[in-house]
Order: sequence, then structure tokens, then C-alpha cells
Amino acid sequence: MIRPGWALDWRGAVIPVGFLVVAQAVSLLGFLTSDNLAAPIDIALGWWEAVADGTLVMRTHETLTSALAGLAFGGSIGLILGVVFGLFRVVDRLMTLTVEAVRPIPSAAVIPLFMMIFGLGYAMELSIVAFSVCWTILILTRAAVAGIDPPLLEVSRALGFGFAARVWKIVLPAALPRIFVAFRLAAAIALIVAVTVEVAANPQGLGYSMMFAQQSLRPDLTFAFLVWIGLLGWALNAALLWAQRRLFGRAAMVEAAP
Amino acid sequence: MIARRCLWILASLAVTAALVGLWQHAADARLVSPAFLPSPARAWIALIDGLQQGDLAFKLMSTVERMIYGWLLASLLGIVIGSIIGISRTARAYLVPTLEMIRPLPASAIIPVAISFFGLSEGMIIAVIGFGALWPMLLSTVHGFQAVEQRLYEVGRLLGLSAWEVIRKIALPSAMPDILAGMRIGLTVALILSVVGEMMASADGLGQWVLFAARAFRAADLYAGVVLLGVIGFLSATILGAVERYLLRWRVTP
Repeated sequence: MIRPGWALDWRGAVIPVGFLVVAQAVSLLGFLTSDNLAAPIDIALGWWEAVADGTLVMRTHETLTSALAGLAFGGSIGLILGVVFGLFRVVDRLMTLTVEAVRPIPSAAVIPLFMMIFGLGYAMELSIVAFSVCWTILILTRAAVAGIDPPLLEVSRALGFGFAARVWKIVLPAALPRIFVAFRLAAAIALIVAVTVEVAANPQGLGYSMMFAQQSLRPDLTFAFLVWIGLLGWALNAALLWAQRRLFGRAAMVEAAP
Repeated sequence: MIARRCLWILASLAVTAALVGLWQHAADARLVSPAFLPSPARAWIALIDGLQQGDLAFKLMSTVERMIYGWLLASLLGIVIGSIIGISRTARAYLVPTLEMIRPLPASAIIPVAISFFGLSEGMIIAVIGFGALWPMLLSTVHGFQAVEQRLYEVGRLLGLSAWEVIRKIALPSAMPDILAGMRIGLTVALILSVVGEMMASADGLGQWVLFAARAFRAADLYAGVVLLGVIGFLSATILGAVERYLLRWRVTP
């Protein structure tokens, strides 16, 4: 974990900047003749080329659409199940074995399955993302809901709330900080899975662009997309982390004890 | 107490059995096309047939082997590099920001680059697994070392321990919970990347098996492969969890 002060520490910049300078120098001196590598400036130019002809925006849009739609879809399922499992211990215990049997299936294993059902395209990609994120959300939401102070639930009972009002007015607000943390972690998973599906099978999005650039022997473009995907992942996490601090402050700092 | 727990497990088992029964009925009644959803009985037969006559057992072993090799490689590198970075405050200041920047990069995004270097080969898959599983291990080791009580280092200095002894006797045991947590995440990553790598490079393994089954619309074989991958995921997590509990038995559980 980076402590806040570290971000401003100049020593952190030495390695990346030094690496870029050395890589550029090596290629300028003519030592870089590989077909697999590209000089930093060429990578930057490749990135600009992708921006200029519109592919970067289009591919980014495709990847983010699948990742976020899958997150919304799988997240909703995980959230509903998590609230039910968290509120009703009986249901939770009865479903334990089923959940534990399905959850360990690696997300990559369902790529061919959903490909067979939906063909290629958005539907298949977002279903795989949904399958992958719903377990994280389910488990963290269940823990968040089960961890609500019992007096809060007693209050809702004393006020004569129905089930819907209890969930909407007491359970969700009380568990919201930890649910937000769950969604932040799941957003990172969603992006990873979306890119994986694109690299492995689906001819759209940033993952496919990388594969295409690699097959066209364009290392500059391949690395440009690689760096872009990295930046996207970093920015997504940073934005959600910022929102989390802003919205919930210390209330969400319970990640260590899910 | 134990009797009640057994009862709950039995009830949970009954629910699972009922759901499988429901699946069987749905498949029998053709509610879903059998091309997509074979009955559990058919999937089971495909699984047994594949293991006994086909080469499913061989594919299973290939995947497990690949996952373990890549994971061990990543664990070794992660713990060694993580220890070196984690033990020194200066190294941390220089390197941790860079590591944190690379961490959110999806490991599968490295596949195209790995293909351009290694081709569609076994080496490519192992490199991708090693790279992808490295980060959780590396960062949790650094984090574990960083969280070591400063006074323990002072004790080490007073006792005149060498740097290696400090790592082995003080820092590593104290960072163990973090390292093991990283290794658990790394194992999950290793399994996913093995499957993806096998699909890409068409290397013998369950990833290739499920992909071929899907392409040929052999749904029963596909489900058999998916079930086996789930079993690998479940068993590897369970075994590692047991090892973790054993290694950390000295810790006072809250």
C-alpha cells in the first residue's frame, strides 16, 4: 500500500524515467533491432496513431462497455444473493455447498461455454464478466450484511418495517461502505476478465487490438495498447479509491477484515 | 454441536442434490436446448468416459502440472525479490511506486507480448503464468516485510545477526501470513492463466479440451472439462488453506 506521502517522493520516479531513457538511448544507438520491441518514442507515436484514427476510443469503449455492463449485471445478482444470505443464516447454510462448488470454477473455463451459447460479441463477454464478479460481490456483501449491528435490525423490527423497507432503509445504508469496497475490487476483476476474453476469443476491444497489432508485427502498437490498458486499470482503481474516501471516509477502511 | 454441524452439511448437500435434480428435469424436458445444457447424467458419463478411455486424465495432469510449475516459479521469484525490496527502506522508496503502477495491469494483456517473444509455445504459457502470479506474491511479501515490527529488527541488530539471518529468523516468519495470502491469490491466477494459455497455444490441457469441445458442440465433454477445472480450483484452494492453517498455527487467532 502506498502511504499518501509516497506519491510525491521523487525516488519513485527514478526507475520508470531511467528505464525509458535507457530504452530510448539503446534504440537510438541502433542496438534495438528486435521485431518484438519498440522504442518508447515509437510506442508514444503508435499510441497517437491509434488515437488519431479513432481505434483507441472505439476499442476502449468496447472494452469498458462489456466490463461495466458485466459488472452491473453480475454485481446485481451478487448483491441480491449477498443480502439474502446475510440476513437469513438458514438460507446461507443451505446454499453453502452449492456456492462452494460453483465458485472455484476459473473464469477462463467458462469462456468456451458462453461462446457456444452466445457466439462472439458483447453478450458473451459481459456474461463471462458477470459470472466472474458475482462471487466477489456475493461474499463481501454477505459479510457486510451479516456484520450489521443487531440493534439496528431490532429497531427496524420495532418500527414495524416490512422486509423491503428494512433492506432499503436499514440494511443497505449500514452495509454500503463495505459494499462499495466490494464493487471497487470487482471493477478491477471486470476489466481483467474483459481483456482476457478479448485476448483469448472475442474479436473486439483492447485485448483484441493487442492481438491484432502483435500479429501484424507492430510492436509499437502492441506496447501502446498494453500501456493504455495498464493506465486504464490504474485510473479506474484510483478513481474508485478516491470516491470511496470521499463518500465514506474511514467507514470503508475495513478491507483487512472482510 | 458437531451433530448439528453435520446436519447442516447434510441439508446443504440435499439442496445441491435437489438443484442437480432440477437441472436433470430441465434437460429431460428440453426446457433448454441440449446443445447448450446437457443433463447432469450425460455430463457425468462424458466425464467418466473421458477419464477412463479418452485422454481427459492426461489433459488434467498437464493443466495441473503447468499451473504448479508457473506458480512455483512465481512464488520463488516473488518471495526472493519481495524480500530484497522489503528489507530495505531505500529499495522500497525507489521500487514500490513502480510496482504499484504495474500491478493493475491485467496479466492476460501480457499474452500478446509473450507470444511475440516465445511463439505459441509451452514457454509462453509458463512465462505468462509466472508473470501474472508474480505480482500478488511480490507485493504481499514487500507489504509483509514492511509491516514487521521495527523493534524486532533492533533486536536482530543487538544480537549481531547477519542480513540473511534477519530475513530468515525475523522478517520471513513475521511476514508469513501476508506471503501465504499472496500465494493463495497467485494460485487462482495461475489456474486461470494456464487455461487461457492452453486455449491460445493449443497446448495439451483442459483449456484446450473445453475449447475444442465447445467448437464441436460437444456440450457434455465441455461440462466435464469445466467440472474438472472447478475441482482443481477447489482442491488447490483447500490444500493451500490447510497448509496455511498448519504453518500459522502459532498465531493467536482473534
